[in-house]
Amino acid sequence: MTGDENQPVAALRVSDLYKRFGALDVLRGVSLSAHERDVVAIMGASGSGKSTLLRCINLLDIPDAGEIRVGGELICMTFDRRGQRGPADRRQVDRVRTRLGMVFQRFNLWSHLTVLQNIIEAPIHVLGIPRRQAIAHAEHLLHKVGLHDKRDTFPAHLSGGQEQRAAIARALAMEPEVMLLDEPTSALDPELVGEVLKVIDALAEEGRTMLIVTHEIGFARAVSSRTIFLHEGTIAEEGPSWQVLDHPRSDRLKRFLSNSSGGDRARSRLIGGDDKR
Amino acid sequence: MMSLDLHGYGWMLWQGLERTIMVGLAAMGLAVAFGLLGAWGKFSRYRAARWFAGLYTTVVRGVPELILILLVYYGVPTLVQDLAAGAGHDLRIDLNPFVAGVITIGLIYGAFATEVFRGAFLAIPRGQIEAARAFGMGHVLVVRRVVLPQMWRFALPGLGNVWMVLIKATALISLIQLDELMRSADIAARATRLPFTFFFAASLLYLGITVVSMLVQGRIEAWADRGSRQG
Repeated sequence: MTGDENQPVAALRVSDLYKRFGALDVLRGVSLSAHERDVVAIMGASGSGKSTLLRCINLLDIPDAGEIRVGGELICMTFDRRGQRGPADRRQVDRVRTRLGMVFQRFNLWSHLTVLQNIIEAPIHVLGIPRRQAIAHAEHLLHKVGLHDKRDTFPAHLSGGQEQRAAIARALAMEPEVMLLDEPTSALDPELVGEVLKVIDALAEEGRTMLIVTHEIGFARAVSSRTIFLHEGTIAEEGPSWQVLDHPRSDRLKRFLSNSSGGDRARSRLIGGDDKR
Repeated sequence: MMSLDLHGYGWMLWQGLERTIMVGLAAMGLAVAFGLLGAWGKFSRYRAARWFAGLYTTVVRGVPELILILLVYYGVPTLVQDLAAGAGHDLRIDLNPFVAGVITIGLIYGAFATEVFRGAFLAIPRGQIEAARAFGMGHVLVVRRVVLPQMWRFALPGLGNVWMVLIKATALISLIQLDELMRSADIAARATRLPFTFFFAASLLYLGITVVSMLVQGRIEAWADRGSRQG
């Protein structure tokens, strides 16, 4: 990190990430950084490594090479006896993970807990926040994502959109420095996409730092400050979202955009995002 | 049953029933403990633990229960005494039949419980465990807060089944002179020469345990299912 002492420390900096599954090179040297209040959209065809990139950042998948820094803190990696790469200090990983709020494609709410219990679970048991305080914060977040009337409902009784909004509230409850959203609307019925995008849009408005893997081009254009286009494990194109999405340089990206824009336009109208930024 | 003439042996049967239930509950507790331990072993990252858990379930499920009971009750004290004698000590061990019975039955059904817990663990959606890790939960916390509470729900039907088979298997302990229901019925039958009466009475009592167990199990499952789609 020499040469940029004058710049503020990036909220998240990833350099030269490699990940291989068997014979498949999923990530081949991906670097990116997100500063505070940045909203970075990560796009790409399926299989381009978008989700793996996100999962490598909080070490749900262990990258084969590369560095990850969260708020300037480098996650220390080491090799075990058999030459497998892994974190040097599990507790550091656990600590760093509390600073990265993860939202999953399939929500992954804990099904034995109510919505409220899902939200206060990690703050109480991981962060050690007093129960009463955690509940007060959770109630506030539930209002924010419009789910306060569902606080005592179990996830199985929610719609997909409600589940995902609860999952977003659960991530927010950790007061993370960076939010990682892995295709947050891909598992939803079309009519439920809008309510989730609206919540994410509001988070961008209040200046949350976010990495969003998404297929929603209109949404990416409306919400993200920067867009990264992944192709076959490398960054094929990146820049300000308006530039990348409206003036793509590579044929690959042009083709990607024209293939996926059809259904997307209707949705972006749904969230009224097109004319925002 | 009220119309059965038990020739004054009713009280003895009742005591046998109490003892059967006591042996059953104690053995079930032990089986659950062994089951959790076994399941932990099967998913351990240590090869030795996996190997040991595999050996445990294979041996225990592969050898007849009766042999195991006799082996523990008669074999273990002899083995220990021989070992002690070899080391120059004179030792006499008499295993209490209640303790021997509970340990053996617990050990046997612990192997079945291991498989129940293993299946229950596999039934927990991976994503929920992943989410727990993504929120900074360490290994112990993930198990305590996410895995165990959900495992119970998936394990309950299987554990209920283990309990029913276990309660019937306690009849085998009659062979090591514990006066549980089976042996009480046997004694009464011999003394009165009315085998049908007493074995029929005993079978009704065993059936009674099963019926009550099913009712209780239904209640517990309904309670545990409160977060699921049907609930």
